[in-house]
Amino acid sequence: MAEAARHQGGILLEGLVKRFGPVAAIDGVSLAVQPGEFLALLGPSGSGKTSILMTIAGFEFPDAGRVVIGGEEVTWTPPNRRNLGMVFQRYTLFPHMTVLENIAFPLKMRGVARAAREEQARAALRTVRLESYGDRRPAQLSGGQQQRVAIARAIVYRPRVLLMDEPLSALDKNLREEMQIEIKQLQREIGITVVFVTHDQTEALTMADRVAVLDHGRLQQLGAPRALYEAPETPFVARFIGETNFFQGRAGGAASDGALFPVQLDNGAQIHALAVGAIAAGARLTLALRPERLRLAPAGAPGLAAEVREAIYVGNATTLLLRGADGATLRARIPAGAGFSEPAPGEHVTLQWEAGDARAFAAAA
Amino acid sequence: MRRPSSFLLAGRRYSPAASLLLAAPFLLLIVVVFLLPLATLLHESLFLPSPGLQHYERALAEPVYLRVMLRTLRIAAQVTALALVLAWPLAWVMSRSKGLGLALLAAAVLLPLWTSVLVRTYAWMVLLQRNGVVNQWLQKLGLTDEPLKLLYTEPAVVLAMAHVLLPFMVLPIYSALKGIPEDYTRAAQMLGASAWASFREVIWPLALPGVTSGCLMVFLLALGFFVTPALIGGPQQMMIATLVSQQVREMLDWSFAGALVGILLAFVLLLTVIFRRAVRLDRFVGQG
Ligand SMILES: Nc1ncnc2c1ncn2[C@@H]1O[C@H](COP(=O)(O)OP(=O)(O)O)[C@@H](O)[C@H]1O
Ligand SMILES: [Mg+2]
Repeated sequence: MAEAARHQGGILLEGLVKRFGPVAAIDGVSLAVQPGEFLALLGPSGSGKTSILMTIAGFEFPDAGRVVIGGEEVTWTPPNRRNLGMVFQRYTLFPHMTVLENIAFPLKMRGVARAAREEQARAALRTVRLESYGDRRPAQLSGGQQQRVAIARAIVYRPRVLLMDEPLSALDKNLREEMQIEIKQLQREIGITVVFVTHDQTEALTMADRVAVLDHGRLQQLGAPRALYEAPETPFVARFIGETNFFQGRAGGAASDGALFPVQLDNGAQIHALAVGAIAAGARLTLALRPERLRLAPAGAPGLAAEVREAIYVGNATTLLLRGADGATLRARIPAGAGFSEPAPGEHVTLQWEAGDARAFAAAA
Repeated sequence: MRRPSSFLLAGRRYSPAASLLLAAPFLLLIVVVFLLPLATLLHESLFLPSPGLQHYERALAEPVYLRVMLRTLRIAAQVTALALVLAWPLAWVMSRSKGLGLALLAAAVLLPLWTSVLVRTYAWMVLLQRNGVVNQWLQKLGLTDEPLKLLYTEPAVVLAMAHVLLPFMVLPIYSALKGIPEDYTRAAQMLGASAWASFREVIWPLALPGVTSGCLMVFLLALGFFVTPALIGGPQQMMIATLVSQQVREMLDWSFAGALVGILLAFVLLLTVIFRRAVRLDRFVGQG
């Protein structure tokens, strides 16, 4: 069964556009989800995540583009004929049915006989470890339990794809982290394709095989968590995932994608950086540098001069807030226990880094 | 049913004594203007001129009176059914609209409630009389050659009463539907339910408390309705309230009127008890 689902569960979005009046909620998104893959849609509020999910589900129809699921075009198919599972942000268990009746509901809609229905519903309840709660009403369960039942209800009919729209956002932090792992394990066990919407980067990085980062309805970058963090392709991704220091500057020469080239920073420093995409000579640039890639050297050494303003101890590391020569605020992170000296506030230092760690993006014209 | 030992009011718990004190002015009013006169009337029906059930026997034995009672039941049932059919789509649209649309719909439902029943009933008389608007149109459209008798018929009574009582059906259904998040319908569809199946399995059961309380309210009000049936139905379509009034004002037979009221009351109480069993009372008001 899991094998069969694997072959059916691929999703292809081609050139999706969805407008609400003047707002383009989805602005030309194309992406492919592999069968059995866990894909996270990550972006700030209003970036179009829910709109994309609703288009896959069939509650919204795109103004342009196609939705293909399991090789079959479903752009205009109504939701109840798509055979997808969905877990909503708000609790949507039917309050007038017991937990077991809720889980059996999709089977009833598919004409499964009563006895078989109950047996399969019980099995689904076991997979979310709530076997003794079958006869309760949803209102008698905690938020986390309700979402687990909602998951059981969404997978009991073995849909080819499971869609989730911020299903954990109403839960407190500990429970949320617990359920992230639980959902991930469940997904691996049954081999279902998952599209998971979240605005929480940690959640996306923890759970997903690949993450699609969205902003203003546009796909910014689609990649594995490591690639997103270590090789952001746009300044937005660099800012949205993890912490980043930004500099403005001008290209000292032309560079092809991935090449090291000289850069004149606006604060006067001459550095080398890694080109993200082809860059023309003299182009305006935005440069991104991760705090943990900065090294501290004594004042006067070659590099960027800065003054330590504050040192924040956070257990496994110390975060330094520094002020550059031009007054800009910078962050540096010194891992604990590696024997690095920790400068005190007021001290003058020099910041250094490997040329390849400074990523240069051509600024949008 | 579980009896609460204290009452929850605006999130605060009140002891039974405090609750009683707060409700005292209202209870006093009910006792003085409603329960006392009613008790007097029922007392007369049972003890004057001599103790016994003779008035009740007469009311239930004589075909004239029995016919009025059956007609009352039949009309009330038809009014309830018609009001439900008219109210459901309206309540549904209201529950799914907001802003100006909702304000306009709510005004359309509530405005009649702020107009006198008498005015609304006369409006129906103007519409339905021999030379009324409806007859003029029917003739203009060539559907009939001469004016039809619309007034003083049972369908006319049912129509006018359903209109007058419509808000009492719309409001509880609206409030029940309002309490059903749109996500429930979406979830149902996602799980494979057709539009009809999601209505049958999810919307209807969740709206049922509102539907039941609307039906009960309209049915009970219709049973005792006076103005509209008296004016629209005339003597031919007499309902029980008109009969009671006739007994009191024309026959001066308070005892027999009391017996009629007693029968109506017994029926209403019976019905309420049955419905209270069917739907828990605390679900009548909003979502239980
Ligand atoms: N039904 C709608 N009507 C009008 N605008 C909408 C509607 N749904 C979404 N939008 C707009 O589309 C944009 C994307 O919304 P949404 O997909 O909900 O983003 P997200 O889920 O990432 O927060 C937002 O600007 C939102 O205001
Ligand atoms: Mg959203």
